[in-house]
Amino acid sequence: MKYALLLYSDPSAAPEFGTPEMDAEMQEWFQFTADLAASGNHLGGEALTPTETATCVQIRDGKTVTADGPFAETKETLGGFYLLEADNLDGAIAWAEKIPLAPYGTVEIRPVMEFEQ
Amino acid sequence: MTPRLSPVDHAFRTEWAPLVATLVRQTGSLELAEDAVSEAFVEASVRWRTDGPPRRPGAWLLTTARRKAIDRMRRDVRFEERIPHLAAELDSEPAPQVLGDDQLALIAGCVHPALNDEAQVALTLRYVCGLTTEQIARSFLVPAETMKKRLTRAKGKIAKAGISFDIPEAEALVDRLTAISGVVYAVFNEGYASASGPDLVRGSLCDEAIWLSELLCSLVPDDAEAHGLAALILLTDSRRWARTDDDGLPILLEDQDRSLWDRAKIDRGLTMLKRSSELQGIGPYRLMASIAGLHARAASVDETKWDRIAAIYGALLALNDSPVLRLNQAAAIAFSEGPEVGLALMDELVDQLDNYSYFHSSRASMLARLDRPAEAIPAYDRAIALSNNESEIRWMSARKTSLQNG
Repeated sequence: MKYALLLYSDPSAAPEFGTPEMDAEMQEWFQFTADLAASGNHLGGEALTPTETATCVQIRDGKTVTADGPFAETKETLGGFYLLEADNLDGAIAWAEKIPLAPYGTVEIRPVMEFEQ
Repeated sequence: MTPRLSPVDHAFRTEWAPLVATLVRQTGSLELAEDAVSEAFVEASVRWRTDGPPRRPGAWLLTTARRKAIDRMRRDVRFEERIPHLAAELDSEPAPQVLGDDQLALIAGCVHPALNDEAQVALTLRYVCGLTTEQIARSFLVPAETMKKRLTRAKGKIAKAGISFDIPEAEALVDRLTAISGVVYAVFNEGYASASGPDLVRGSLCDEAIWLSELLCSLVPDDAEAHGLAALILLTDSRRWARTDDDGLPILLEDQDRSLWDRAKIDRGLTMLKRSSELQGIGPYRLMASIAGLHARAASVDETKWDRIAAIYGALLALNDSPVLRLNQAAAIAFSEGPEVGLALMDELVDQLDNYSYFHSSRASMLARLDRPAEAIPAYDRAIALSNNESEIRWMSARKTSLQNG
C-alpha cells in the first residue's frame, strides 16, 4: 500500500530559521528522510513555502477564479496532491484548471521550498 | 519659482518607472530590476556630477542598469539562462524601445489574480506610476511602515510563487485588463471620495488615475472599456473643484456652480467617450461615462436629459443588477418624473440598503423636496449614524438643521 503523510503544524510554533533550535530540527528532518530512504520505502516528498505564497484556483460557472492566500473553507478536506514542474505560476494555474475537482473543489498551489546548497 | 531639478532628479522622475518596466521584462524579476535601476541612479549621481550628464540620459541609465542587472544575475543560479540574452542586448545598440509592451507586461504582473486587491493597487502605484512608498502610504492614510510591509509581502509573493511579467494570452489578457481597470478606478475613487478621513478629495490619486487610464488607452488602443474608463474618470474629475465648498463640505451635483467645471477635462473626457463608442464592446465603464457625459453637456439641472440617464442605468442593471445602482436610477427618475416616484422606488430597496448611509440621505432629500421634514429629519439622523466621512456628516447635519428651522 502507498500512504501520503501530510504534515500540518502552526507555523508560529516552529523554531525560526537561522536559530540553533531550527538547525537542530533540520538535522532531525534530514535524518528522518535518510532513514526512510534507506529503508527503501521513500517515494517522494517536499517541504512547501509558507502559506503567504499560496494561490487558490477554482472553476465556477466555467470561469477560472484565482485568489491570493491559502484555502480556508473548513468543510472541504485534503484528498490528494500532485507534484509537478511548471515555468511559472501561470503554468501551474493552467494545470490546476484541468484537475477534475476544480469545478467543485479548490486546488491550492504552493511552491516547493528550495534549499540553498 | 519652482526650484530647478538636477539632471539626475529630473531623470529619476521621468525614467525610473519605464526603466523598471524594461528591466523586469528582461530579467523576469521585479526585485532585481528595482535594485539594478537604483544602482544605476546611484552611479549617475556620482558620474554625472563629475563628467556632466550624458547626451541621452535614458539610454545611459538603461545600459548601466542592464550591466548592474547582469552583475547581480551572475551571483544567482536562478538567472543563469537569462544572462546571455541580456548580455546580447547590452552589445547591440539600444533598439527603439517597445516600451509599451514592457509597461503592459509590468501592469499585467502587478494585477495578477494571485495577488490581493490591496497588493495590486500598491504595486501599480509603486512600479507603474513610480510613486514612493511614503507617497502611497500618505495617500492611503496608513503609516509608511504598513505600506512598506504590504509591498514587501507582495514582492515576496511574486518572487516565491513565480508570478511572471509577460503579456497574457488573448482570454487571460481580457481578464487582466478588467483587473487593471478595477485598480485604476479604485485609485481614482480613493482619491476622489475617500471613504473616511478629514479631506474629501485627495487629488494626487485622481491625477495618477487619469495618467494610468490614458496610459492604458495608449497600450490597448482598440479597447472600448479602457477608453470608457478614461472618459468616466476625466468627466467625473472635471467636477473636482465644484463639488466642495470653502469649508470642505460636499455640494450635490444639482447645486454645483457649473462654471467651475474643468472644460479642458470635459473635452478630453468627451473625446475618449466618442472613441469608446466607436469601438466594439459595451461595458459598465462606457455606460457610466455616458451618464457623466450627459451631465457634462447639460447647462443646468433642468436641461439635463434625466430620462436618458435613467435608461442608461437600466442598461447597467441589465449587465449587473445591484441595489446601489437601482438607488442611483431612482434618483435620476426623481428628476424626470418627480420626487414621489423616486421615493417610491427607493422605498422598495429598504431591505437591501437599510445599512447604507447614502440610501437614507437620498430618501431624506426626496422627503425634503416633498416638504415632509418630519420624515426627512430622522432619515438624515440614520444616514449620519451610518457614515464615517466627516465632511458628509457635517453636510448632512447642516441640512437637518435647516429643516428643523423650517
